[in-house]
Amino acid sequence: MKAGRETRGGGGSRRRWGAARVATAVLAAALLLPWAHAAAPAGPDGEGLAQVWRFLRLEDAAVRHVVWGTLLLGGTCGLLGGFMVVRRMALVGDALSHAVLPGVAAGFLWNMSRDPVAILVGATVAGLVGTAFVSALCRTTRLKEDAALGLVLASFFAVGLCLLSIIQRLPAANAAGLSHFLFGQAAAIGPADLRVMAIVAGVVVLFVVALYKELVAVSFDAAFARSQGLPAAFVHHAFMFLLAASVVIALQAVGVVLVSALLVTPAATAYLLTRRLSRLLVYAALLGAVAGLGGAFLSFLGPGLPTGPLIVLVASATFGGAVLFGTREGWLVRFWRQRAGVGQTRRENTLKSMYHVAEREGFAHAGITLEELATRRRQTVEEVRALGAELHRHGMARLERDLLSFTPEGRRRAGEIVRNHRLWELYLTRSANFAPDHVHDHAEKIEHVLGEAAVRELERRLDHARRDPHGSVIPSAADLERSNWGEPGGRAR
Amino acid sequence: MSGQWMLPAFDLHALLVAPWTEQRETFGWVGVMGFCVAASCGLLGNYLLLRRMALMGDAVSHSVLPGLVIAFLVSGGRDTGAMFLGALASGLGATLIIDFLQARTPLKQDAAIGIVFSALFAIGVLLTVVFAGQIDLDPDCVLNGELLFVALEPPVHWGAWTLAPPAVLRMAGVLALVVGVIAIGYRILLVSSFDPGIARAAGVRVGTVRLGLMLLLSLVVVSAFEAVGAVLVVAMLILPGATATLLTDRLPRLHLLAVLHAALSVWWGVGLAVWLDCSLAPAIVVMGAVLFALAWLFAPRGGLIAQGLRRARVLS
Repeated sequence: MKAGRETRGGGGSRRRWGAARVATAVLAAALLLPWAHAAAPAGPDGEGLAQVWRFLRLEDAAVRHVVWGTLLLGGTCGLLGGFMVVRRMALVGDALSHAVLPGVAAGFLWNMSRDPVAILVGATVAGLVGTAFVSALCRTTRLKEDAALGLVLASFFAVGLCLLSIIQRLPAANAAGLSHFLFGQAAAIGPADLRVMAIVAGVVVLFVVALYKELVAVSFDAAFARSQGLPAAFVHHAFMFLLAASVVIALQAVGVVLVSALLVTPAATAYLLTRRLSRLLVYAALLGAVAGLGGAFLSFLGPGLPTGPLIVLVASATFGGAVLFGTREGWLVRFWRQRAGVGQTRRENTLKSMYHVAEREGFAHAGITLEELATRRRQTVEEVRALGAELHRHGMARLERDLLSFTPEGRRRAGEIVRNHRLWELYLTRSANFAPDHVHDHAEKIEHVLGEAAVRELERRLDHARRDPHGSVIPSAADLERSNWGEPGGRAR
Repeated sequence: MSGQWMLPAFDLHALLVAPWTEQRETFGWVGVMGFCVAASCGLLGNYLLLRRMALMGDAVSHSVLPGLVIAFLVSGGRDTGAMFLGALASGLGATLIIDFLQARTPLKQDAAIGIVFSALFAIGVLLTVVFAGQIDLDPDCVLNGELLFVALEPPVHWGAWTLAPPAVLRMAGVLALVVGVIAIGYRILLVSSFDPGIARAAGVRVGTVRLGLMLLLSLVVVSAFEAVGAVLVVAMLILPGATATLLTDRLPRLHLLAVLHAALSVWWGVGLAVWLDCSLAPAIVVMGAVLFALAWLFAPRGGLIAQGLRRARVLS
């Protein structure tokens, strides 16, 4: 019964692997399709290349605005997103970005034009009201945070849509640029917008640098921060305020629906690459800026390509890359490392068996026959031959016919493993009061991972004892250096 | 400023009664469709709330878009069946990717949801824009829904009978399915939502129930997508259940109240849309939110006013 369940569990994880691969393929196809489509019509007359050149030379004021704007907003959102991901607030950004929509509409109604300052103020206020509602709902009702977030998000968004649909019918309104707030159009960024963005970005960077210590304390343990006399409430509210402001400046380029991705995705990518908060924040800001720039560039290639989805897709692609190839947690890296670990453990166990055989013979012979090793390991000669061949490939032993002999490196490693095993057994019996017949299994695992420094410390604590609990000799460092037993032509120790 | 935008006159009869009597031609099916959407979302939403999966609805509703568009492009037209399958596949795919990221990376559920839904939605929007010439699915409808359009399709005929428009029939079928699943699987859903540990001990396959719920969620969201758009589905999923949660503890009453909330928000929402001359689906959601706010304030036991009174009594 139990075995059956375990098998099923294994099938589940394999199925999930399959799903991930299919999803990656679909994602890649979906990423490539529109670009191919967008690039195709521009191909023959070189118009596409001209566009690229125009973008890269940065001569146009419009292009410069777009580049600076997307860099600023990507970096700002990435920086703040770093805090949100470690605080598990990723979806607060989602709620916030949807909640600003009525504020955008109200800011527009204020003087019937796309005045960046009025819209910034209106949207920021609406966003803050939204987050205040979320915390009030969590405090005064039985609703959980996810329900409160979803509720505020969708309700505010509905109010915003109602207002927008009214505005769009107003005769006097110059509502042309307003639909950009839904899906984003970086090309619409003007000098006035850029000024607002630069101010917000500057304030955010100043805030994070100046209050870094406080922000870290509040993020990881608000109660501790309060007990240390830090202004936790002030820091939290200031953070939320800046978050709302950055969401608003990103709206124009990315759009309401997708702003949250700019907060979450670069920061989550950074989270896969490092665990140090300071480094995480820098990575997140850089990745955000890269995504912003990349998305702006791609949207520049085709007429009417929306910037927001492209920015999000660039960010998602880097995230996918980090999931697969990330140095710390990437699946491929982990897979290889695990495989390498399994192989290494197997080789070390073979070496250990060889040592045991040699030890029983008093290290008298130059080599070990496969038959001796097979008897020791309770395996067939063929199985042992495969193990010996593996050691041969890795330069740990030489396999000639039926005789297996150590190389210097293999001999040293075999001695180390046996030493680690016996030291650990002795340590457990002496210092942790384990019974001598209960220590073998622990030692089997730890022998492969003990480092030199830990071994030195163990030897010191055990007064450089010579024998393990079962009476076998623990090979010392001097033994490992000196002897050349077990090598062809070597003499017995 | 105020001269350009004044509130239209408020006429109770014209707003709450007329759409259903004199203007029944226009709003009759809108009301039925809206109610079917809101009620099936609300019933299912109760379980999402209990399981703290409210935002999975958000994820699924956004992720449906690329499936819809790709199915549209592949099938080469508005073949309802193909689009339905495509959307269903991408909705389910999103839940699987989220589970995967959660299990295989150090990221938590919130971050996984945020990444997956935005990436899929971005793909969807991009495809819609790039292939705009070949698709009659504009970004505006993705957000606003086309409740009016859906209800004005010519009705399906069956023999001598004139039935409802096709979308309304489909949605009614989905509602019937949701009600049926809840009626048949009531105990299993109850125990696995409240206490997965006990459910597992009693032999319920919790994982299968969860998968089934996700399937049903995708089905409801896909069917509702056309009518109310990606974001407002979330409101339809959460608002009825959340309002009912404020008023009662018992699951059967939660269901009844959720359906009542759906009916009232559609009735008054259509009125609001007529009054302000704005989009229908957002107006329905706004009325739903107003109903929630009323419950939040006036709920007899847990409402804000009741809480305030109790605090005042304790202090004095």
